[in-house]
Amino acid sequence: MSGREERNILLVGVGGQGTILTSKILSQGLVDLGYDVKMSEIHGMAQRGGSVSTQIKYGRKIYAPNIGPGEADLLVAFEKAEALRWFPWLRKGGILVLDPREIYPVPVLTGAATYPENVVESLSAVVENLRVAPAAKVANELGSPRSQNMVLLGALVSLLGLEGAAWKDLVARFVPPKARDVNLLAFERGAALVMR
Amino acid sequence: MKPVLLSGDEAVARGAHEAGCAVAAAYPGTPSTEILENLARYENVWCQWGSNEKVALEIALGASIGGARALAAMKHVGLNVAADPLLSMGYAGVNGGLVVVSADDPGCHSSQNEQDNRLYAPLAKVAMVEPSDSEECRTYIRAAFDLSEAFDTPVLFRMTTRVCHSKSLVVPGVPRDPAMKPYVRNTGKFALLPTVARVRHRLVEEKLLALEEYANTSPLNRIEWGTSREVGIITSGIAYQHAREVFGDGASYLKLGLTFPLPSKLIRTFARSVSRLYVIEEGEPYLETKVRLLGFDCIGKELVPLCGELDAGILRAAFLPQPSPAGQKEDAPALPVAPPRPPVLCAGCPHRGFYTALGKRKKSVVGVGDIGCYGLGVNPPLEGFDYSICMGSSFSSAIGFSRALAQSGDARKVFAILGDSTFFHSGIPGLVDAVHLGANVCCCILDNRITAMTGHQETPGTARDLMGNEVVPVDVVALVKATGLPEERIRVVDPLDLAATGAAMDEAIAAQGPFVIVSRRPCVLLKDVAKSLEGQWCEVDQKLCRQCRQCLKIGCPAIASKEGRIVIDDPVLCTGCGLCMQVCPFGAIRKGGSVR
Ligand SMILES: Cc1ncc(C[n+]2csc(CCOP(=O)(O)OP(=O)(O)O)c2C)c(N)n1
Ligand code: SF4
Ligand code: SF4
Ligand code: SF4
Repeated sequence: MSGREERNILLVGVGGQGTILTSKILSQGLVDLGYDVKMSEIHGMAQRGGSVSTQIKYGRKIYAPNIGPGEADLLVAFEKAEALRWFPWLRKGGILVLDPREIYPVPVLTGAATYPENVVESLSAVVENLRVAPAAKVANELGSPRSQNMVLLGALVSLLGLEGAAWKDLVARFVPPKARDVNLLAFERGAALVMR
Repeated sequence: MKPVLLSGDEAVARGAHEAGCAVAAAYPGTPSTEILENLARYENVWCQWGSNEKVALEIALGASIGGARALAAMKHVGLNVAADPLLSMGYAGVNGGLVVVSADDPGCHSSQNEQDNRLYAPLAKVAMVEPSDSEECRTYIRAAFDLSEAFDTPVLFRMTTRVCHSKSLVVPGVPRDPAMKPYVRNTGKFALLPTVARVRHRLVEEKLLALEEYANTSPLNRIEWGTSREVGIITSGIAYQHAREVFGDGASYLKLGLTFPLPSKLIRTFARSVSRLYVIEEGEPYLETKVRLLGFDCIGKELVPLCGELDAGILRAAFLPQPSPAGQKEDAPALPVAPPRPPVLCAGCPHRGFYTALGKRKKSVVGVGDIGCYGLGVNPPLEGFDYSICMGSSFSSAIGFSRALAQSGDARKVFAILGDSTFFHSGIPGLVDAVHLGANVCCCILDNRITAMTGHQETPGTARDLMGNEVVPVDVVALVKATGLPEERIRVVDPLDLAATGAAMDEAIAAQGPFVIVSRRPCVLLKDVAKSLEGQWCEVDQKLCRQCRQCLKIGCPAIASKEGRIVIDDPVLCTGCGLCMQVCPFGAIRKGGSVR
């Protein structure tokens, strides 16, 4: 927490990717570590597939729950095009963690829009701290595509140096019992993930 | 107790439980829905969905008159529907404490407008309380029940999306006993005939004076002196958090939690003690108007936007002459543009079948929409209707719309489209009039057996209530028949059967006068439906596919045009609904999964 009193994390992705669950676990872990925490999410549409975001702020004392453009210390994109959409929220010098996984939105599926090319290359020309985290790939290798979010959680915990909390207990508590083991494995893989 | 992370909605539920709330009713609506969903998990409180907000508030007010502490919750536009009982309850007052939660949506995250419901409090002459984080949601809702009983007034508990849906730390308190107040017949208070109402009005005005006196010293209104009295900020709700974030300990704050009646004395004291007065609030200049009426000059809406949601960055840009930090390197090259990612009807959604059939008859019909998942059918490629205004308005407005079209020689048949929850909410009266007046309208009820848009709440048509009890499911078709509409003008179809749905539509187009189509199939996100569809999907036979792109015109997120081929490449996303099979002219799509 050098210098500033708080940290702002923005998690973005596509509805159904589990950004909210990831945020819930991360927030609870931060509470357990003794921080004041506020987490803000915008939801309310039942359908899957829209662009979604959750925001976590933590520090000694937090007031506003939401993060404006240019205010995120860490932007975590669960999907490649979403990194582009939310990039203006990243603070100068902030870190962008990007899963290069692609999910085509309907306008792209129907040919009304095109999916952007060279996203990682373009972003790395602009962002000082870009880390590519192939979490979806790791989750697929584990035979559980839906545990992408836990791979990313593991990666974040390592990146932020937050090892002090009982993360695995939290993961076990928050994920459905049926998927517990594979999610714990996913978290471990994430924690050990090498990000470029 | 240990602090827990709760959303504002969860904290309201916790606080209502602690306050001994015994009856609660709501109609779902983002961002208020989770209040009742959470409150229903506690003991000793009877929690139910009303078929609309007026019914919900009336369930609660009846419970209050009967002696229970009662709560009603709704989204901001829901209070328009419930305004009638609210405004008269202001006159009547309460027996058991009565709290009405209004969850406003600045920024229209999931609403058709961003009205500021603080303006209802002076109109309804009821006390108003505004929390600014989850702990205040818990403590203020307790205070609201006490206030309601102490001052004999319903309390409007006004929240906003960021308060409802943000999680922050809450320290749970000890629940109070849900003690009942005795019920005594009191027509001079509760039977609002003109003679009674005239008297009650005078009493309300007196009550409001007493409340204002109290507001000057209430712990819900507090001054936080900063290190300087140069800048003083009057604020309430979430705007307080943004102001705090931007101006820090250097400024002084008058943080208002009891915001109707506003505390004139306290505002005067504060305004006189600071050199520069800012009023920072989201939405309408509600506080600012009062401050100006009291004779103080201030800076408010000339700098703080009236439209949209506030955040710290907006305030910083408005008040502090420094640009907010940018996230990119200097002279950065332009980035590619992210494609739009609008919410769409799910793969396998029954509504898609209805719109696909309707789309084939575009020349002879005009669609009128309503509010629900099926509202997404307005977007390309389905483009199923022309306008939608507010819940329940499709059937009723179609009566006038069809009249106007006919008058100008437009022969198209008007199809008015709403969902089952919307039908129960406020569609029934429109249907009654359409039948009664012989309107040339086809009223379509898209019955997916649930209130889907807001996250799958029970409707009067489901066999279980919010608390999980078995209840009598009210039959949509029986209600339609009860209007007296002859059976040959009523069709019940499966929207995933395009031929049958289309045939019913053709009949409706041919028939002059009212017609009803009930398009019936459950939402695919319902747990048991999703389970029954597991392992079912469709696939495209590349040898037969001629790239005609007909299947892309139904807008299913499971079908893609990728690398020059039309594919259904995610068998988990595809539900195997078979709609694309029915539109493919070349029989190139077939079932891939185990057909049961
Ligand atoms: C007056 C009012 N109350 C509540 C809402 C919130 N709301 C939007 S859509 C909807 C439910 C629609 O359910 P249904 O008609 O069954 O359609 P579905 O979403 O299931 O397709 C609700 C409650 C609103 N927009 N306006
Ligand atoms: S939630 Fe249900 S009704 Fe809504 S779009 Fe999805 S399948 Fe359709
Ligand atoms: S069967 Fe066709 S229309 Fe139905 S969900 Fe699968 S891809 Fe979509
Ligand atoms: S409708 Fe049939 S033939 Fe045409 S693109 Fe789709 S799958 Fe191919």
